[in-house]
Amino acid sequence: MNDIIQILIYGMVLGSVLSMGAIGVSMIFGILRFAHFAHGDFMTLGAYIGLTFIAVMGLSPWFALPAAMIGMAVVAVVIDQLLYRRIRRTQPVILLISSFGMALILRSLIQLIWGSENQTYASGIQFPWRLDVLGGLRIKPDHVWIVLISLGLVAGVHLFLTRTRMGKAMRAMSDNMDLALVSGIPAERVIIVTWIIGGALAAAAGVFLGIDTRLHPVMGWTTLLPVFAAAILGGIGRPYGAIVGGMIIGISMEMSTLFISAAYKPAVAFAIMVIMLIFRPQGIFKGTL
Amino acid sequence: MSSETTTLLDASDIYGGYGGADILKGTNLKASADEIVVIVGPNGAGKSTAMKAIFGLVKIRTGQVLFQGEDITNAKPEQMVRRGVAYVPQEKNVFPSLTVQENLEMGGYLMSGDLKPRMDMIYELFPKLAERRRQPAGLMSGGERQLVAMGRALMIDPKLLMLDEPTAGLSPKLIDETFERIKEINAQGIGVLMVEQNAKQALAIASRGYVLATGANRHEDTGPNLLANPEVAEMFLGG
Repeated sequence: MNDIIQILIYGMVLGSVLSMGAIGVSMIFGILRFAHFAHGDFMTLGAYIGLTFIAVMGLSPWFALPAAMIGMAVVAVVIDQLLYRRIRRTQPVILLISSFGMALILRSLIQLIWGSENQTYASGIQFPWRLDVLGGLRIKPDHVWIVLISLGLVAGVHLFLTRTRMGKAMRAMSDNMDLALVSGIPAERVIIVTWIIGGALAAAAGVFLGIDTRLHPVMGWTTLLPVFAAAILGGIGRPYGAIVGGMIIGISMEMSTLFISAAYKPAVAFAIMVIMLIFRPQGIFKGTL
Repeated sequence: MSSETTTLLDASDIYGGYGGADILKGTNLKASADEIVVIVGPNGAGKSTAMKAIFGLVKIRTGQVLFQGEDITNAKPEQMVRRGVAYVPQEKNVFPSLTVQENLEMGGYLMSGDLKPRMDMIYELFPKLAERRRQPAGLMSGGERQLVAMGRALMIDPKLLMLDEPTAGLSPKLIDETFERIKEINAQGIGVLMVEQNAKQALAIASRGYVLATGANRHEDTGPNLLANPEVAEMFLGG
């Protein structure tokens, strides 16, 4: 029983990371109509931007988080304006392949700047809280913070999407691009805001991943598959679905370690994605795929 | 009858299409603020294409579109909205996952200031929408969706409302109701330019009508005169 609760917590931590990435993937797909393959490397870059703030300014990882989010939001907009904007009117497959190229560029750049060795935000071991009431359940403070901050960010995204004019315009564009155009919604402005949010949340995912494990130039790339699985599971183009999808995939991946080797965790995400695509390709919440 | 001074829209000798061969081959259309102008014609006549060309969604190769005397040929949809032209496409004309209220807000995206008075006016015009303002538009019936679509377009307080087959797929009762609403909108001083399949009924409420065929004007007259024209009746109105 205790094991299961323990693993459930790990699953929620992983689920938080995946949700942060999947919200961006889902929004970008909904509004720009292409699968953004560089999103994993956005996560990695976000994590390393955080590392730089920690190293240079001596901030704790938690204070580096907003800095990494802002930094990555800027980088995402710059990449969009330099690359994606120029090929916006072409076919989605061209954008998809370009984003794949961007992923390789970013990864190489990260290796060039920060090196290819594993790095950590903080050395040493963090002592978990022992909850004797729950039969000696151990909870790492970092894990609690990751889940809580994710919830906060999700709430923020929710308020933005439902309460602000720009947020509603994003949902409108995702719903019906032609009608948004006809209504006079300024598509380019909405697209920039999409990259700001997508980039910032990717950075959050990267920093969380870095806090939970370690930093490595392929950390985001290897997380991209479960992130896509989460976005598809929730219904692509549906940010709320991405959150649910992220949690389901994260918890399933961790739970699978009870039965099979932990090395197969990505395979679990992959299996869920394939099953979903066969039986309910529109996702839990009817997506725009 | 419309006088030259109140002419809102004046499209003359429009040629254009989606990039291949021209679909519009010398189309002429006019509309004033006090008119309901109806475009009828057989399938493939270029009725919807003409509307899209005026609204900047289809490229005009040659020809000129004037709005209130200013050249707006190939203006972008956003500029059209800013000038006070609203367009309701035939299909997919609501944001399905947005609530009725949010659909209206999106219609008024470019409007500065408080949208509430405008929204209240629309709820007054379409009381059905007021009851359902918190419902996602995608869950509503075809007739209700059409009201949402028109409400969205009316949010900018347009001078000219362009409707592409507003009664497509509606029941006879709802068709009558929709035409009634269109008359009410026109009575507020908003010019209406619409494409219609239900030609007889549409021409009955029209100030003027155009019969398009293969992208060009075939007939142009008052609604009653077109209805009475035996050639028009035989060719396009099913006898």
